[in-house]
Amino acid sequence: MILVLLIVVLITGGILAWLIGYFIPNASKWIALLSCLIPFLITANLWQKLSYEIILGESSSLWLIEINTPWIAQLGINFHLGLDGLSLSMLLLTFFLGTMAILCSWKEITAKQNFFYFNLLWVLSGITGVFLALDLFLFYFFWEVMLIPMYFMISIWGSERRIYSSYKFFLFTQASGLLMLLAIIALYFINAQSSGVYTFDYDQLLISTAKSPYSLLIAIGFFIAFTVKLPLFPFHTWLPDAHSEAPTAGSVILAGLMLKTGAYGLLRFVLPLFKDEAIQISNWAIVLGVISILYGALQAFGQTDLKRLVAYTSVSHMGFIVLGVFSFNELAMQGVVLQMITHGISTAALFILAGMLKERLHTRDINQMGGLWTLAPQMGSIGLVFAMASCGLPALGNFIAEFLILLGAFQTQPIYTMVASLGLVLSAIYSIRMMQKVFFGEYQSTINDFKWREKTIMGLLTIAIVFVGLCPQPIITMLQSTVNSSLKLESKQKLKLESSIKQQIKYIKK
Amino acid sequence: MENLIWLLPALPLFGFLLLAFLGSKFNREAIAFIGIGSVSLATIVSLYLAINFISSPPENGFISQTLWQWMQVNNFKVTITFHYDALSLVFVFVITFVGALIHLYSTEFMAHDEYYSRFFAYLNLFVCSMLILVLADNLVLLYLGWEGVGLCSYLLIGFWYKNIKNGIAAQKAFIITRIGDTSLAIGMFLLFKEFGTLTISEISQQAVSHSSSSITLIALLLFGGAVGKSAQLPLQTWLPDAMAGPSPVSALIHAATMVTAGVYLLARMHTIFELSPAAMHVVAAVGAATLLIAATSALAQKDIKRVLAYSTISQLGYMFLALGVGAWWAAIFHFMIHAFFKALLFLGAGTIIEAQHHEHNMFNMGGLKDKLPTVFKTFVIGSAALAALPLISAGFYSKDAIIWYSLTAQNGSPLLWLVAIIGSFITALYTTRMVVLTFYGTSKTSLSYQPGVRMHIPLIILAFLSVFAGFIELPHNFGHVTLFSGFVGKALPTTLLKIEPSESLFQLIAAIVCLVGILLGWKLYSSNREKVIDLESGGLFKFFFNGWYFDNLYKVLFQQPYFFLARINKNDIVDKSNDVIVGISSWLSNQLATSQTGSMRWYVMGIIAGAIMILTLQLVL
Repeated sequence: MILVLLIVVLITGGILAWLIGYFIPNASKWIALLSCLIPFLITANLWQKLSYEIILGESSSLWLIEINTPWIAQLGINFHLGLDGLSLSMLLLTFFLGTMAILCSWKEITAKQNFFYFNLLWVLSGITGVFLALDLFLFYFFWEVMLIPMYFMISIWGSERRIYSSYKFFLFTQASGLLMLLAIIALYFINAQSSGVYTFDYDQLLISTAKSPYSLLIAIGFFIAFTVKLPLFPFHTWLPDAHSEAPTAGSVILAGLMLKTGAYGLLRFVLPLFKDEAIQISNWAIVLGVISILYGALQAFGQTDLKRLVAYTSVSHMGFIVLGVFSFNELAMQGVVLQMITHGISTAALFILAGMLKERLHTRDINQMGGLWTLAPQMGSIGLVFAMASCGLPALGNFIAEFLILLGAFQTQPIYTMVASLGLVLSAIYSIRMMQKVFFGEYQSTINDFKWREKTIMGLLTIAIVFVGLCPQPIITMLQSTVNSSLKLESKQKLKLESSIKQQIKYIKK
Repeated sequence: MENLIWLLPALPLFGFLLLAFLGSKFNREAIAFIGIGSVSLATIVSLYLAINFISSPPENGFISQTLWQWMQVNNFKVTITFHYDALSLVFVFVITFVGALIHLYSTEFMAHDEYYSRFFAYLNLFVCSMLILVLADNLVLLYLGWEGVGLCSYLLIGFWYKNIKNGIAAQKAFIITRIGDTSLAIGMFLLFKEFGTLTISEISQQAVSHSSSSITLIALLLFGGAVGKSAQLPLQTWLPDAMAGPSPVSALIHAATMVTAGVYLLARMHTIFELSPAAMHVVAAVGAATLLIAATSALAQKDIKRVLAYSTISQLGYMFLALGVGAWWAAIFHFMIHAFFKALLFLGAGTIIEAQHHEHNMFNMGGLKDKLPTVFKTFVIGSAALAALPLISAGFYSKDAIIWYSLTAQNGSPLLWLVAIIGSFITALYTTRMVVLTFYGTSKTSLSYQPGVRMHIPLIILAFLSVFAGFIELPHNFGHVTLFSGFVGKALPTTLLKIEPSESLFQLIAAIVCLVGILLGWKLYSSNREKVIDLESGGLFKFFFNGWYFDNLYKVLFQQPYFFLARINKNDIVDKSNDVIVGISSWLSNQLATSQTGSMRWYVMGIIAGAIMILTLQLVL
């Protein structure tokens, strides 16, 4: 029930914020803050409780908490939510960044406040649903729920080119979402043909043995839907526009959370449901991942718009996720989830910082900035922390993630990993270019340093990124079971390899 | 005593945090107190540990302390563990001791700087990272320190950030060392693949019984990291530009400690390198080539700090030469002595520049001998050590050992020896040039500043060490003191000789070469200044002055193409593919829109034509 509560709080909070906001405009942000903090505290509490269980090894099933009731029984659609270590980590991140997004909009959003917070909370509820849904139809439902409010957020509160960007965002995600819907329906019928049961249920599809000549196509359908969201080269072009035009909170949620739903989809659906197909496409996926890493870094270096720059760094960092996922290695897999978390934190911080700079300077053009350290040393220091996080400085969370991904991926894909490691150099180049352009040099404009609210946001984000950098173990332990279950895949792959080697030996003997 | 190790990095870290968060609230005295205090306390801890370690050596040669588990995934386990052995001890001692002296010097040097607390915060953070680097028990923790010092180096080179030039130098240093760091990271991936662990002691244990073709590759990748950090060929170009930072920074980071991290890494991973003679040869060759290229470049520089920078590269080349030929302890010995005299020289140069209205060009100096007597005396002592003045300078003992081993040790060869001896000749020459141009002749610039006691004390202590530290290790043909090699030998393999010609003869050659260099330098440069300028106007000197044009080469090969690509593709060529889809859609839409004429005739025609078509189709099918 507690899982439903999480979503319900957000949905009703959104409606309340909208309605009450008509009468008391300033109330909506407080309602929003409250309805984001409640789920945060609930998940934090869950984390504490469940981590004991996990350490003690008490939970036997994969799902720590599960709820499953029929929704549209005639079509085999269930309201099936389940929580494991992966979803719990992602939920904690969702509510944490959600709170940050609300706090950073506190002063920024003045027009139609109530509708804004409604949209924001509904996006969050969609994301929460995506991280919990264990019924493919329900998953698709939540997938759409998070899309539409985000479209409004960009198109109403965005900057100059908001209409173009919101269309682009909508079309890209919607088109890829349709591919997923097709894939889901195809999967539904194929399973029904072989087993006679019409169901969208994840657990049942997981054990389904149905084979179909189209399964590769279906897998690719899912793969494209998720990698557009991720985004992977060459589907990344919606992202710089959407990120740069969205209001700060929109960018935070887009980069911090929505991209992660793509990665989550790969981990939750593509790998477990399509083991063999995933292996088949793994080489292509890794090549695209490596291209993303390098291309994103190159593009980030070329940008002059601060938010576009940060957006392209996301493309680069998400490339690591694809590399990690498709190298089928436990270390890399752990790294992938950590990357989802740490990139969420660090990119959110960079976008919030960009938003703060824009509030003060009314520009995102880094050529018009410079020397800001002189007047805003706190801002500069925070910028430095997150620029360094972005280029993978140890002691900050992103290092753990990228290091584990590269270390793990190297065990199976040494050559690609070596090429991907070049990303470490390129990320250093764009990160320090950003520092140089924004904070160093002769100062050109006057600027105020952090206010207490901004200090709180940045302080919390910094603590989070340092904590993950120095003590990632609790998260790793939490994720163990999920990663292990996807590791069965690896053993399957090994078996296959071994048997093929045996066959070859037989041939040779003959 | 093992539970004190954590204090070593923790104390400077605490200083950093205090200054970073509350720096703006303290006055200058308090900032200086915290800055020096934290490092001095660390020095005391390091001395206490060292005395304990030497008086009652632990059985297995090291003590260690585990703080917490960093991460564990399956069999990949990394803890925050410090490992303190003879090798770490030497590095820790140099870092804390020289670090404390440089902090003391900085309180006066930076006294009027706007960003006093930021400076000490960075410096404290640097000492912390460097100590983590040399105390790490596994490569991941080492990498943390490794990147941490890189960050501090970047921040301190660009400390005076308002000047764009400093920013460019800082970025260059960060990026070029990052290339090396990436090589180190890949080396770690490969190590983990081969050994299943990144804990150094476990690697060393397994490596002995491990025969694998990838050992050479691992060694070279690790060496790649060292090449970046220690500014060796081909990644040496960042160090001369790094002189944009304040002089105490150049002394601490770009001479005494950080740039020797590569030497430490190789010494720490010696088991891997010993298994791969090929990699050892590469190390020696790179060291030899670097020492020669850098020495010639130093000969033509006009900026006093750039002379010292190139000379640092060159001396690091000697250390790598020593490592490559298998003279492990000699490299570490030279590291220690070099830390003393090069820190001294940089601090001296900083004082000179400060006293000369921030003039860096030696040709505009001169005649400082009598104006800055203490600086002059200590600087000459440091220069003597750099030039390896026979018998009385510490540099002679450390460098002579390297030159000797480059011929006689396992991987030594006459060619390496020849390069080392030529290098030592050029070193003597450029050192003399530097001293003569700066201190002798007529004064060109008036004195703007007289250094105080906080600057003199570190100079005097370092000058003392630049002479007497050499006596703890004397060659066996005279004196035969092996305090240092005996001690470090506990953590490093012994140096094996393949041939044993008369040591005295080669010492004599080295001594004569050095003296000839000094005399020639004196003769050339103490003459008329115009003649000197004339002498250095040739094409060869220009070639040397520009550091053999490596910068220009990299600019054309890497920098410009990358900038070009980023610039032309700013709007993302991939995005154009969407424009094609958009274009086709709107074209089609326009085509269809033309049928929407509003004319009733056309619509009726359309309906009829459609109806006929459907009917025909039905008939046909």
